[in-house]
Amino acid sequence: MSEKEIDEVTGVATTGHEWDGIKELDNPMPRWWLYTFYATIIFGIGYLIYYPAVPLTENATPGLSGQTNRGDLKIELAKVKEGKAAIEEKIATLDFFDIRKDENLMRYSVAGGQSLYKVFCTQCHGTGAQGAPGFPNLNDDDWIWGGDIESIYTTIKHGVRNDEDDETRFSEMPNFGSGILGNADIEAVTHYVASLSNSDHEVKLAQNGQEIFIENCAACHGDDGLGGRDLGAPNLADSLWLYGGSLPEISSQIAQPKHGVMPAWGERLGEAKIKQLSLYIHGLGGGERDLED
Amino acid sequence: MSFLSKHAFIERNATLLLILSLITVLIGGIVEIVPLFYVKNTIEKVEGIRPYTPLELAGRNIYIREGCYLCHSQMIRPFRDEVERYGHYSLAAESMYDHPFQWGSKRTGPDLARVGGRYSDEWHVQHLIKPQNVVPESIMPSYGFLASTPINTKGFEDHLKANRAVGVPYSDEMIENAVTDLRAQADPDADTSGLEERYQNVTIRKFNSESSELTEMDALVAYLQMLGTLVDLEAYKQNESLR
Repeated sequence: MSEKEIDEVTGVATTGHEWDGIKELDNPMPRWWLYTFYATIIFGIGYLIYYPAVPLTENATPGLSGQTNRGDLKIELAKVKEGKAAIEEKIATLDFFDIRKDENLMRYSVAGGQSLYKVFCTQCHGTGAQGAPGFPNLNDDDWIWGGDIESIYTTIKHGVRNDEDDETRFSEMPNFGSGILGNADIEAVTHYVASLSNSDHEVKLAQNGQEIFIENCAACHGDDGLGGRDLGAPNLADSLWLYGGSLPEISSQIAQPKHGVMPAWGERLGEAKIKQLSLYIHGLGGGERDLED
Repeated sequence: MSFLSKHAFIERNATLLLILSLITVLIGGIVEIVPLFYVKNTIEKVEGIRPYTPLELAGRNIYIREGCYLCHSQMIRPFRDEVERYGHYSLAAESMYDHPFQWGSKRTGPDLARVGGRYSDEWHVQHLIKPQNVVPESIMPSYGFLASTPINTKGFEDHLKANRAVGVPYSDEMIENAVTDLRAQADPDADTSGLEERYQNVTIRKFNSESSELTEMDALVAYLQMLGTLVDLEAYKQNESLR
């Protein structure tokens, strides 16, 4: 194969291979292709030097750039934090009254609160804050732990019945079904509770239930069933129900009450974000006037 | 350069070509894969990771059985949008006792790597029974049967043994007490001192309020509530390795 054989028709050298009399022309690669190929080799060498690449005995070579995904993220997050620092610092230190007075701060808070709500709260309270059975509606006037801005703030920050937060909202309704009240008494109280909101009930049973209610329930829910926010006792005299307002649902909540749990967001989100969320939720429609007003 | 012309010999000998190609690919593979086992960039020790408790392991088995991984990943990548939504990015060591790992590659639903503690048990139970009860726009199917299906605990220690065979450090004691520990974790009235001694940071409570029995729901919720909560992130941040 030392002598190149030249094809007569094209004048191009052949590869020297021959299959059944058919020979292969040894045309050169197209120039553009060849130079692109060389360029990728040069690029590859540059890449190897600039970026982390070759694994050695302990670490891979860091490259001139020292670039890492986690490092990039750290820089990006720091930049975002720095950009927000001034305004979030203000929100964190000012009280709600002063935040409201500052139109910019207020707008920032409500917009930020809305996006925080979408990430962290919608799963339980719903995308429209409409709630779900067992998870309170945040649009209405029915608040278990209070609907003024400070109360909403405390609830978000410390959560409800949260083991990990010492200042969490806590109340516990006894299991009246396990030995405290008999079935007949529970039925009577159920009808009495239904009567408070004028739901379907039997008048006679309700009358029997009144006394049992005063003895067993009024301490938290009040004589008139209006509830007590200091104790987290829901209002029973309105037609808004957390666990349903039908007779069987009321009865099961008396016999074996369910207790909602809410995460404490204070540590996870930080002061400024908790305040933004509070302002957003307070503004949904059910927010009440501050106690001082 | 005469050895270069030998390629003609290789090309005309199919078996030899196959064997030599295989050797070439193997060398490439070894060079790319082997360093991952010793290079410090890829191995990082973190505090707090322990083998799954029997109840969590049972929950994990259900997670795999029901194909949760088809829609849910367990891998928070180091991007701003992910860490702001899901929490700190996942660390390799967090799935060191996962056989197989559940990183996943498709998110029809959200990532679950740090779902632990984010919702209440009751939320998980209601959500698994009928996701639309709590998230009306959800397209997740119902897994209501879990709430009434008792866990099959018979021979459960075999699951621990199988994991030990592939490197999870379950002790003889853990394997011996597998069924007792499994039952104790969902029973606040049981004697749980042994369980707590064997597994650090174990959460003991009745997870499924819908049934007084020990159900598959208890196991799955116990598993979900543990996800991403074991690692001590504060300790990790002290000497995090950026890579």
